[in-house]
Amino acid sequence: MEYEAVIGLEIHAQLLTESKIFCGCSTQFGAEPNENTCPVCTGMPGVLPVLNRRVVELALRTAVALKGEIAPRSVFARKNYFYPDLPKGYQISQFEAPLSLGGYVEIEGDGGTRRVCLTRIHLEEDAGKLVYEGTMEKADAGYVDLNRTGVPLIEIVTEPELRSPEEAAAFLRKLRSILRYLEVCDGNMEQGSLRCDANVSIRPVGSEGLGVRTEMKNMNSFRFVEHALEYEIQRQIATLDDGEKIIQETRLWDTSKNVTMSMRSKEEAHDYRYFPDPDLVPVEIDSTWVEEIRGNLPELPDEKENRFVEAYELPIEDARTLTATAELADYFEKAVARFPQAKKVSNWILTELLRELNRDEREIGGCAVTPEHLSGMLAMIEDGSISGKIGKQVFEEMYRTGKEPQAIVKEKGWVQIQDSSELAGVIDHVLVSHPDEVSKYRAGKEKVFGFFVGQVMKATRGQANPKRVNELLREKLQSDN
Amino acid sequence: MDLHEETIQGLHTKLARREVSSEEVTRHLLARISQLNPELNAYITVTEEEALAQAREADQRLANGDATSPLCGVPIAIKDNMNTRGVRTTCASRMLEHFVPPFDATAVRKLREAGAVFLGKTNMDEFAMGSSTEHSLFGPCRNPHDHERVPGGSSGGSACAVAADLCIAATGSDTGGSIRQPAAYCGVVGMKPTYGRVSRFGLVAFASSLDQIGPIAKDVTDCSLLLQALCGYDPCDSTSVDSAVPDFASFLTGDVRGLRIGIPGEYFIEGMDAEVEEAVRNGIRILEKEGARPVEISLPHTAYGIPVYYLIATAEASSNLARYDGVKYGFRAKGASDTLRQMYHRTRSEGFGAEVKRRIMLGTYALSSGYYDAYYRKAQQVCTLIRQDFVEAFQHCDVIVTPTVPSPAFPIGEKTGDPLQMYLLDIFTTTVNLAGLPGLSMPCGTTSGGLPVGMQILGRHFDEGTVLKTAFAFEQQTLTTSKTQA
Repeated sequence: MEYEAVIGLEIHAQLLTESKIFCGCSTQFGAEPNENTCPVCTGMPGVLPVLNRRVVELALRTAVALKGEIAPRSVFARKNYFYPDLPKGYQISQFEAPLSLGGYVEIEGDGGTRRVCLTRIHLEEDAGKLVYEGTMEKADAGYVDLNRTGVPLIEIVTEPELRSPEEAAAFLRKLRSILRYLEVCDGNMEQGSLRCDANVSIRPVGSEGLGVRTEMKNMNSFRFVEHALEYEIQRQIATLDDGEKIIQETRLWDTSKNVTMSMRSKEEAHDYRYFPDPDLVPVEIDSTWVEEIRGNLPELPDEKENRFVEAYELPIEDARTLTATAELADYFEKAVARFPQAKKVSNWILTELLRELNRDEREIGGCAVTPEHLSGMLAMIEDGSISGKIGKQVFEEMYRTGKEPQAIVKEKGWVQIQDSSELAGVIDHVLVSHPDEVSKYRAGKEKVFGFFVGQVMKATRGQANPKRVNELLREKLQSDN
Repeated sequence: MDLHEETIQGLHTKLARREVSSEEVTRHLLARISQLNPELNAYITVTEEEALAQAREADQRLANGDATSPLCGVPIAIKDNMNTRGVRTTCASRMLEHFVPPFDATAVRKLREAGAVFLGKTNMDEFAMGSSTEHSLFGPCRNPHDHERVPGGSSGGSACAVAADLCIAATGSDTGGSIRQPAAYCGVVGMKPTYGRVSRFGLVAFASSLDQIGPIAKDVTDCSLLLQALCGYDPCDSTSVDSAVPDFASFLTGDVRGLRIGIPGEYFIEGMDAEVEEAVRNGIRILEKEGARPVEISLPHTAYGIPVYYLIATAEASSNLARYDGVKYGFRAKGASDTLRQMYHRTRSEGFGAEVKRRIMLGTYALSSGYYDAYYRKAQQVCTLIRQDFVEAFQHCDVIVTPTVPSPAFPIGEKTGDPLQMYLLDIFTTTVNLAGLPGLSMPCGTTSGGLPVGMQILGRHFDEGTVLKTAFAFEQQTLTTSKTQA
């Protein structure tokens, strides 16, 4: 039988606040264990949470950008369960009355643009982390690090509308890009500041109902999300083909074995006993606040992509890559402002610059070549000061040293030879040194022309202006005829 | 008058005039505690050294003339569910037997800053769950009027300490009557302020939507002075209310002419103690003689108070007490390190007493999926009706007067085997917490057996002033009467 997959995602994004959601502790990643803790986030007897307004602001910004319907009054609820990384024995989250309902993200697929609808966006606090000596199974001792406890999260839940692992990954990439544009989340999946769980089921193609779903966890990269979903879909198909039933359960992606493993079944599932947190008052959001946030939203990836296509007449693929992050798009625009040939700037960024950055696993922010340097170098190629070939060398040098292109060219003596009399001398020398080739050319073998150009370039160590060399060579070969 | 019989007001005058030093009073009370506490068991922890250091500091402030609060140099007691920096805060539980908090509760900090001297931490029902101070890891506290009887609870230690002159005043906490009921049993004045008046930060939570800290004192004036020091907005407590706190002393005029006193028929029930009913009705007559006007009112949902209270309070408690898991602080069962589940299981089985476990189970049940709508949600809905009853009633009256408890203090051990009988004692007090109103209990007479009877005065939200005004007027009349009789 032909099956199709039905996938819904739950994304947890850490909000980029200075302090935690319910206390003043720092949210800095990488501190010594339990350094960023206080009586409130360690759940001492008698402490009370106080909501960080900035958290609501960043969550609102996200919800507004994703076109969600903002609840004028949302309520924090306690999600009760026991675990050592959860010091209060409950997580403060939202349940019946979330911050935002609905909304959507548009993704590009084979069939064009597709709208993936969101169920809800809500606020919650992160839990801590368990650290084991050795592996979890064999450890003599486990330790609790509560630095992450109380770091603010938004949970974004999609409708079960994704149909393939590729689509799920595309959604996740797009969402990550939007979150980063909004400066609400750094989107780092490896460090866990962006986390993704997935609900997966399969059904016969054409069927409208939903199959039994499994919940997938521990997919901490885009690649793992795709692999895990692909594996899980195939596993479910194989299960049904074998005449067996799919069990509703939570499964973990095992990155070393590339398989999903059962973690707990529905019977073992928690009853979280949600109820409104009596320590917190409802979050009241008036339309003025929402409008203020709407008014201050930055240009988002789709809008920017469209503008790049229209204003810079770039191919859609170029525009899409350039707008993947706001930083790269800004870089492009700064360079274009000084060197207004968009396609050339785009080509250099997409080929040379991104190749270097990808190789070094660097972000554009950590790139030594400033947009001013890049545009300066392009201007030098344009006015003939250097050749395109030298340009690549200059670029590598800029990337390596962070120096200005002018300084590099001067230092290395790479200025292109434009002077006709200087070039004429070199050409004369080349022609005199190769009488046989000259004869061949004059006998009609015009292919030899290239050989002369090569020789001139070699003699000038690539610094001759190729256009001038062509002109002068033709003149010489003809006049001496 | 002996030093231990002093009130805040009286002692403050003497301290200000340098007739006595805080250190002197503190030493006197510490000596009295060491003499009487072994029998009464009002204190769990006595902090002699800290108290004397605080007293000397207060004397310094008094000498320098920078004692701005009437509490400066006044020795008081703190209920053992309020965090005191560096002094163990046990909640009368094995779970926190050795727990030393690194910070003061906001209420405690305010008293410390006012210059009050902390004699120690008072006995209570474990985690404030109980009406008799029998459910304590440290053994039952006794009623100073009859040592075979309970002092009430859960703030029984504080009420006992005030009544037995083991402190000048004390703090209590009230979730369903835990200040007012022991105040009634011990013959002292106790007040639960409006929910949100006093910060709950640092008060070890029992039921967060109902808990409120308040004063227990020897008279109404002291009650208002201690209340004044406790009240005020606290940014650390999201449920604390940012509104101006009036000068409560200005309400103590003795003038209740024209005041409308609501008398709810539902609070004078069949089967209640006749002497209690008579004492309270007599109290109402006294107020009437002073010019107050009694008004019959109805609070029709009163009968649901107990079930609603025991659903909401236990539900919140089941979640609030989840943090005591043996992982971070407090008690961890020995030899329970085989598996995490075992550690949780044994720690919580051994660390909590029977009554606390009973309530955690009740609350867990009420919140469970499939039961939530029938219990917790329904209880919240009925709670709204109870609140509306009061709003409606206060259209017709300015205060409401009722008995605090249907009967006087009972013998130790009488009700421990029957939790339901114990819960029913809260019948007149829990609705006040559910509605978030201010309520005060004060002595209004004694039974033929010599046990105090408490009269409860309730006010509108944030109208502690009118409650205190009524109480003060009544107190003035009864003082005059008893003096005349004497």
